[in-house]
Amino acid sequence: MTFRSRFSAFALARNALTGHRNWQAQWRSPEPKAAYDAIVIGGGGHGLATAYYLAKNHGLSNVAVLEKGWLGGGNTGRNTTIIRSNYFFPESTRFYDLALRLYENLAHELNYNIMFSPRGVLTLAFTRHDIEFQRRWVNAIQMTGVDSEWLTPAQIGRCVPAMAIEGGRFPVRGGFLQKRGGIARHDAVAWAYARAADALGVDIIQNCEVTGIASKSGRVTGVETSRGAIRAKKVAIAVAGHSSRLAELAGFRLPLESVTLQAFVSEPIKPVLDLVIMAGHVHVYLSQSDKGELVIGGGTDAYPSFTQRGSYPSVEQTVAAMLTLFPSFSALKMMRQWGGIVDISPDRSAIIDRTPIDNLYINCGWGTGGFKAIPAGGWATAHLMATGEHHALSAPFGLGRFARGILIDEGAAAGVAH
Amino acid sequence: MLIIPCPWCGARDESEFAYGGEADIVRPPAEVSDAAWAEYLYVRDNPRGKNRELWFHRDGCFQWFVLERDTATNECLSAHRIDPPGEEG
Repeated sequence: MTFRSRFSAFALARNALTGHRNWQAQWRSPEPKAAYDAIVIGGGGHGLATAYYLAKNHGLSNVAVLEKGWLGGGNTGRNTTIIRSNYFFPESTRFYDLALRLYENLAHELNYNIMFSPRGVLTLAFTRHDIEFQRRWVNAIQMTGVDSEWLTPAQIGRCVPAMAIEGGRFPVRGGFLQKRGGIARHDAVAWAYARAADALGVDIIQNCEVTGIASKSGRVTGVETSRGAIRAKKVAIAVAGHSSRLAELAGFRLPLESVTLQAFVSEPIKPVLDLVIMAGHVHVYLSQSDKGELVIGGGTDAYPSFTQRGSYPSVEQTVAAMLTLFPSFSALKMMRQWGGIVDISPDRSAIIDRTPIDNLYINCGWGTGGFKAIPAGGWATAHLMATGEHHALSAPFGLGRFARGILIDEGAAAGVAH
Repeated sequence: MLIIPCPWCGARDESEFAYGGEADIVRPPAEVSDAAWAEYLYVRDNPRGKNRELWFHRDGCFQWFVLERDTATNECLSAHRIDPPGEEG
C-alpha cells in the first residue's frame, strides 16, 4: 500500500493557499521489476481497471501495467465518452449495466471526480422499421430489468428543442431514452483507475512497449519489452486495435479487424443540448460537453487502417448527418478531429477469454463502444485472471462462441457499428 | 481520401469503392470441423503494414480486384485484376 492523500474540498482549499505547488504525484513511475505475479499489457481504461480489480477484489498486488505510450493515450482518450447499457441482447445488457452501475459509484470508490453525468441517452427512430425494431428493443431492455422508455416525436421535441423533428431529409418518428445513461470525463477514468491501482501497490510503467511474449510448454512465462525482459505468472492483453499484433507475438490469430473511428469537437457554444443523441439511421451521435463543445461521432471508416487519422468521406457523412438533425449547427467551426484504432469483432461484441497459451488472457473486441464498458471489462478480466474461471456475466463473451455459432449479434441488432 | 488505382478504370476516389475483406482466404472443403469453419469465416490476419485486400468498384466498372495497401500508412501499393485480361465475364 502506498500513502495517498485524499482529494477533497479541504485538500483543494489547502493547496490553493499554497499556490498549488504541493500536490502529490498521482502515481509512482517505478522501474520494472524482474518478475510479477501478473502483467497487464495496455494502460488504457480496460488494462488499468483490470489491474485495479486484481488488487482490490482478488488481493493480487504484485502486478504491473505496461503501456507503450502514455496512460489513456489510445482509444480511452479518443472516444465520445458515452455511457449506456441499452443493448438488445440480454447478455450485453447485463454486462454493460454492471459497467453503468460501477460508473455510478466510481467517483466515490476511487476518490476521483470522473465527472459522470447521467443526463440521458436518446436513440432516434427515423423509419417505420426503426420504430418497430426500437419498440421491441425497449421491451428487451426492460425484460432484463434495465431502464428504457419510448418517446413520441412531440415528447422528443420538448426534450431537444434545437433539433429538427420535421422538415429534415429523415423526419424523427420517435425514439427511446435511457435516463441513467450519459457521459463522463474519459481521461479522468483512466487516471482514477491508475491512481487507485498504484495506491494498492500496482506498478504502472509507461513508455514500455511489449515486443515479445515468452512461453514454455504452452504456458506464458513473461514478456519481452523495450525496457528488458519481465517474468510473469499471468499476462493479460488489453490493447484494443493492436490486439492482433500482440496475438501474433504469442502465435495465434483473432477474429478481429482494426479500423479507424473518428470523432470531432466543435467550438464551444452556450448550452443547447442536454441529452446524448444517437441517430443510427443517419449515423451520427453527439452530446455537449461541460465546456460547451459539441462532441460528435459517426460510423467507422470503411476499411482497415492503423493510421489514427481517418478518411474524409466519413467526416463528410457524419457532419451531413448532424446537420440534417441540427441545421443551426452549420455555422459552427470544428476545433479538433481525431481517429482511434478500434478492434471490430464479427458480431460487434467484445471478447474476454483465455487464449491458446495457458495463463495468457485477452480483453478485446470492444469495437466502437469500449469506453462505456471499462469498469465491467476490467472487473471481469480480473475475475478470469485471478480465479481461472469466467464470471457468469463474461462467460458469453468467450472466443468459443464463434465455432459454436452462439454469436451476440449486436451489429445486426443495431444496424450500425457500436 | 484514398486514391485507389482500379486496374480497369484507373485512379478514382475511395468513395467509389467498397472494401471486401482480406484476399487469399480459401474456402475449406465441405466437411470440416466447426473450429476450422469458424476460422475461415471469422479469423483474420489483420496486419499492420502490407495487406492484400479485395475491393469492389461499386460506382465504376462493377469489378472485384485485389489491392495491395499498407494499413500503417494507407498507401495504395498496387492493384491487380482477378480475371486474366480478355476472360472477364
